Amino acid sequence: MTEHNRKEPFEGHKRLEKNVTLLAAATFVTVAIGGVVEIAPLFWIDNTIEKVEGMRPYTPLEQAGRDIYIREGCYVCHSQMIRPFRDEVERYGHYSLAAESMYDHPFQWGSKRTGPDLARVGGRYSDAWHVQHLKAPRSVVPQSIMPNYSFLAETDLKVPDPSATLTALKRVGVPYSDIDIQMAPKDLMAQADPEADAGDLAARYPKAQIRDYDGDPSRVTEMDALVAYLQMLGTLVDVNSAAAQEALAEEKGR
Amino acid sequence: MEAVVKRLGAWALVLLAAISAIALTPERGFAIHMGIVALVAVILIIATLGTYDPLARAQSIFRMPPGPSRYDDDVVRWGVIATMFWGLAGLLAGVFIAAQLSFPQLNFEPYLNFGRVRPLHTSAVIFAFGGNALLATSFYVVQRTCRTTLAFPAMARFVFWGYQLFIVLAATGYLLGIGQGREYAEPEWYVDLWLTVVWLAYLAVFVGTILRRHEPHIYVANWFYLAFIVTIAMLHVVNNLAVPVSFLGSKSYSAFAGVQDALTQWWYGHNAVGFFLTAGFLAMMYYFVPKQAGRPVYSYRLSIIHFWSLIFLYIWAGPHHLHYTALPDWAQTLGMVFSVMLWMPSWGGMINGLMTLNGAWDKVRTDPIIRMMVLALAFYGMSTFEGPMLSIKAVNSLSHYTDWTIGHVHSGALGWNGMITFACVYYLVPRLWQKQRLYSLRMINWHFWLATLGIVFYAASMWVAGITQGLMWREYGSDGYLVNSFVDTVAALHPMYVLRAVGGLMYLSGAVIMAYNIWMTILGHQRVEAPMGDTAHDAAADRPILPEPAAQPAE
Repeated sequence: MTEHNRKEPFEGHKRLEKNVTLLAAATFVTVAIGGVVEIAPLFWIDNTIEKVEGMRPYTPLEQAGRDIYIREGCYVCHSQMIRPFRDEVERYGHYSLAAESMYDHPFQWGSKRTGPDLARVGGRYSDAWHVQHLKAPRSVVPQSIMPNYSFLAETDLKVPDPSATLTALKRVGVPYSDIDIQMAPKDLMAQADPEADAGDLAARYPKAQIRDYDGDPSRVTEMDALVAYLQMLGTLVDVNSAAAQEALAEEKGR
Repeated sequence: MEAVVKRLGAWALVLLAAISAIALTPERGFAIHMGIVALVAVILIIATLGTYDPLARAQSIFRMPPGPSRYDDDVVRWGVIATMFWGLAGLLAGVFIAAQLSFPQLNFEPYLNFGRVRPLHTSAVIFAFGGNALLATSFYVVQRTCRTTLAFPAMARFVFWGYQLFIVLAATGYLLGIGQGREYAEPEWYVDLWLTVVWLAYLAVFVGTILRRHEPHIYVANWFYLAFIVTIAMLHVVNNLAVPVSFLGSKSYSAFAGVQDALTQWWYGHNAVGFFLTAGFLAMMYYFVPKQAGRPVYSYRLSIIHFWSLIFLYIWAGPHHLHYTALPDWAQTLGMVFSVMLWMPSWGGMINGLMTLNGAWDKVRTDPIIRMMVLALAFYGMSTFEGPMLSIKAVNSLSHYTDWTIGHVHSGALGWNGMITFACVYYLVPRLWQKQRLYSLRMINWHFWLATLGIVFYAASMWVAGITQGLMWREYGSDGYLVNSFVDTVAALHPMYVLRAVGGLMYLSGAVIMAYNIWMTILGHQRVEAPMGDTAHDAAADRPILPEPAAQPAE
């Protein structure tokens, strides 16, 4: 082969280098592939869209607490995803199932444990412990480095429009009924107020805990909402029930 | 005149909309944000009215050279100043939250609690410091490598100021508690929409300038800038799909939930690293390293191979943030395999940068800017080795959720992104303000060593902290029970957290020295100092020793 008719490697690349439209289009196709292959199947395959018995949407009060959790950036220090390791299961409880965050818009799995995992913190401590710990963490755990959140107990819970919150969540796929949406403002207050009539709240939201959370029954504060959220985390699915175990057995991987 | 009236009308409409939003919204945070928008509209109305010319005022503040320079560099100059400003702000926020983790009494509820300041730190360093560096350098590089001025100069100015408004809305939002709870994508729906508009304008200016080029080929740095702009647009739009609760409120809910949401978020999160902090900064490397070294890029073919393989592979690596979670196993494994493969194109970029110094290695000794670039590339190489290692599932089972990840991110961010940005700013300032040289080269040397030592303190303390934490969490006693309670592990990390804060403080002090150096350079001062790289020379001592006559005893 003579020198002059040997094809220069990457000769074809010169076309891309001279045409910004081609270059941009080729770049876009190249970067789109990975995401499409990895993300798209998650919307169809069974073990990411399976339903597990016990899962229900958050009550308006729990959702308000979750919004406070997000507002305060709790997720930067606390995960909500227990990995299937012996030490994690013994420390935090049964490992997390995909279905347990199916109504989480957005997900709060977290990426860092400056503090412990909270996926199954519900029911582990008393309401009074949570309130004291949130107000002044070092008064109950001397070595804690968590900030104080005492203002939550002094701030009345204000959700601009609880029905609109549920409507927005319904639009992204959370199965709230029309009655849930209509009753949202009443449900929000009734769940934390022992004086109020909660109506059929407990029937529409099974396992919903109706009580005063922050130790001040005279009003509903942000502390009520946050503690209500923390106290329900991980309590909905009975992971040891037959149905859940069956779903787990079918789940592939991990 | 007609144009002025039209513009006034448009700003008045914005003002009116913002004021109505303030009046109608039940939320305080949203009202404050709309107040900021209204304030911007008022400033623009005043500016448009022509009571004073803001450009002329700004030019006198920043001592810009009179008259139009050959290239359209106003936006670049503003970008350089914004880079320095946000860099200092972001690093200060970082030192502050590092101190909070060591001494929790430094949390001041509610606005200055760790959970609210941490997103402020990450966004300030990534999007404000890094973003402005990318805006400024991309506008500088694309003009020079295309031998033409910016297309749509007015739009380029809109991109700059629009981006600053995005930063201000995002940063104030975090402190006010407005955020959607997605790491590195915390701004709410209306701020996201605004950024989308700004970003599309950025794309238009950049591609428009390339279309006007007087060079037949598009230079390799521009491929990387283009990939960065296009991919960030895709990631930003998809990851921020959300339904707002009300158009008069800040709150929105993500379109996806649970496992789908998690992977979308980390597809975004990992590629914010891949395209914002890697592709964009490699573009800076591809222009400024050859320029400062006075040598051509080492290998054209390597740049083609590593460009396409880098952008193809990076996208797949997101799932390694979700190892052993409820994400399906096949996705985790794909993420791990592609992350390990990603090591090669990453090192391709490092090799192409370092080998560019072939024949100019002596400059590492004499030129502190080159030294900074070499250190940046060395850290790029180190963290792109550490990354694939951490993505291996067995390693990740120990390192995930610990400070090891934090250390890894910072060796990349402080070492690679920070150092290459500082080097580029040092390169740019004398040229942009038409000064003979920087105020002081020896101060760059101080900056270099403070920053390097700071990174060493940071990375080393976080390695120790991360591995300690990971091992303590899984430690079992001979009785078969877990040995440590969670808070034991928190207490054990205290010394490491203090050391980390010290490292961060050193890095910040280096940046403060830089800011002073840059400021004095722009003012036109030159520090009187011995030149770098010269060996000491004492003319008086530089002579042979003469045999001295023996002393004669006195008579």
